[in-house]
Amino acid sequence: MSALTVALAGNPNTGKSTIFNFLTGARQHIGNWPGVTVDKKMGQMTKGNKQINIIDLPGTYSLSAYSLEEKIVKDFLLEEKPDMVVNVVDASNIERNLYLTVQLLEMGIPTVVNLNMMDEAGEKGYNINLEALGKNLGVKVISSVATSKNGLNQLVDSLDPSLTRLAGAADSKLLAEHLKAIENIKKSENNSEIADEKVIEARYEFINKVLEKSLVINEAKESWSDKLDNLLTNRVLGIPIFLSIMYVMFQATFAWVGQPLSDILDGFIGGTLTDWVSGGMESLGTAGWLQSLVVDGIIGGVGGVLVFVPLIFTLFLLISFLDGTGYMARVAFIMDRAMRRIGLSGKAFLPMLIGFGCSVPAIMGARALDTERDRRIAVLIAPFMSCGARLPVYALFAALFFPGRESAVVLSLYILGIIIAIIMGLIFKSTYFKGDAEPFLMELPPYRIPTLKTVLLQTWEKGKGFLVKAGTIIFSMSVLIWFLSSYNFSGPVDIADSLLATIGGVIAPLFTLHGFGTWQSGVAVLTGILAKEAVVATLGVIYGISELAEDAAQAATQLQGSIGATFTGLSAYAFMVFTLLYTPCMAALGTIKKELNSWKWALFAAGYTFLVAWIVSLLIYRVGLLLGLGG
Amino acid sequence: MITLKDAKPGQTVLVDSVKVTGQARGRFMAMGIMKGTRLKVIKVAPLGDPIEVLVRSYNLSFRKAEAEQIIVSLV
Repeated sequence: MSALTVALAGNPNTGKSTIFNFLTGARQHIGNWPGVTVDKKMGQMTKGNKQINIIDLPGTYSLSAYSLEEKIVKDFLLEEKPDMVVNVVDASNIERNLYLTVQLLEMGIPTVVNLNMMDEAGEKGYNINLEALGKNLGVKVISSVATSKNGLNQLVDSLDPSLTRLAGAADSKLLAEHLKAIENIKKSENNSEIADEKVIEARYEFINKVLEKSLVINEAKESWSDKLDNLLTNRVLGIPIFLSIMYVMFQATFAWVGQPLSDILDGFIGGTLTDWVSGGMESLGTAGWLQSLVVDGIIGGVGGVLVFVPLIFTLFLLISFLDGTGYMARVAFIMDRAMRRIGLSGKAFLPMLIGFGCSVPAIMGARALDTERDRRIAVLIAPFMSCGARLPVYALFAALFFPGRESAVVLSLYILGIIIAIIMGLIFKSTYFKGDAEPFLMELPPYRIPTLKTVLLQTWEKGKGFLVKAGTIIFSMSVLIWFLSSYNFSGPVDIADSLLATIGGVIAPLFTLHGFGTWQSGVAVLTGILAKEAVVATLGVIYGISELAEDAAQAATQLQGSIGATFTGLSAYAFMVFTLLYTPCMAALGTIKKELNSWKWALFAAGYTFLVAWIVSLLIYRVGLLLGLGG
Repeated sequence: MITLKDAKPGQTVLVDSVKVTGQARGRFMAMGIMKGTRLKVIKVAPLGDPIEVLVRSYNLSFRKAEAEQIIVSLV
């Protein structure tokens, strides 16, 4: 007996994912649609003794191939022919939502309409007669409030193609008339564009006829969502409120929650765990080189990355929550005009914000943009947003060279990153990506309180890449750096004579003019391409402190003698600027390749950012010298 | 003749014609904006663009550049 295949289709913001999560529980996995980077969510459920495969199609407003997602949904329905479709409809926004429903009916796929968000529809004064709606649409209609699981068992009962009436069945006179009408349009109208428009109009006419018989709208008082929105996007208060929310978000991440958790984790990894492991290995009589590999190499390297996990997950948790409330759509609304200056739409703001956590989900977030052109520009400038992994580099150098002014120095780097992103956006906009931007068309959904499960799942999806990176690239990197720093071809040596020093020495001359042309910096720059976190980890290994950044000030004292001899304040700043701007890490480059589906663009991203970093950092060092800041 | 761009927040208008061209035209229509549709201007973004309109009981935002290509009459 072959398994049943059910596809979930619906507009964005209809609670489709909540329903998918309910049906499949943990039995789901995310893949990719062939050739593109839109997530393909699949899951399984068991009903009685039957296996049901469920596919959560991307949320779309229509099946007209206006976007990548629409094309995917259309192709899937036409080519894979699922046994049935569950069309999730936002009952509080029924008129526009039914547009997709009508298109599904025209295709003749067995469909069940699941009217979700019935509670919101009620608050809006909507009284929907389900039976009349189903009768006039010619399909089975059920209702639910997915956030409180109401009606979802009924949905499970309906997962049976024999219960859906085939679209086009003579049950609905209105549907039969509509199908006939569009057939006539297609026959009589030779101009395909005009025919398409007439069909769109016919669909809304059909919807209005159906709703006339099934929907009564009672007077409703202004919703809390509208009142809240009047405040949040207020002409005068909108921007101050937006800036306050951003401020609170960053404070929570870097001061209140994320950073303290990271410090605790760091204390554990650098202190307790390190002591315990080295003590254990000592008592077992493990060879010195192996102890060094495990403690200095692996725990130092991987641990150095793991300590950022709380920081990054806190930021992603807050962003996922705000996204779930609907506020992020307002951010796009508020920021559109500013973002347009650099050739992007307001929708590009969110990926840039995520970039302060980690470039990988930021680059993936650019998928939300409407056009290939916007996606490319956003992907190319997102890495200039200073990610969490670059922070420890600033923390270390700022504490060492700018005591008392650390915050100002770090802030200046974040701002410089934003300025460079804007400049590059402007350059891209007026050169290679010249031309008109696609019109901005965005729904502003009602404010909602997202479910905890949805927020946590989204946080996990954004943040897991960072954890995977810690377990793979960083792990192997740590072993490699440890090896290179401890050996040369003749055997174990001091770090200054190691292979690492030799490699660093080859790169160093690139930075002679920048004031940091030493083999140490050369190595740090090189390992930083593998992962930005490795810059500080590498310097730690090179300058011989095993527990870096347990406390930046303490580490700074330890490093005073060693780093202080190779850097001045100015060259340290130039080095920080270089770290901020240069080539994104391997994980980010891999993501760029995947998202833009092109090695050419990934290599371009790697090369041009290096060049930008080289130039800006040089300018800062040279201008600083002229101003007499070189001391 | 006025366009949607001229309508003030709070005003309700009826669409006379949509002059948006290209693929965007289809997107606007699929979202429910076509000849005869009733629109209510809700607000203008704090920086002066885009605008927010109520169309078929949901809120949609787009830029003045497109609003200018939607010919309307006041209701």
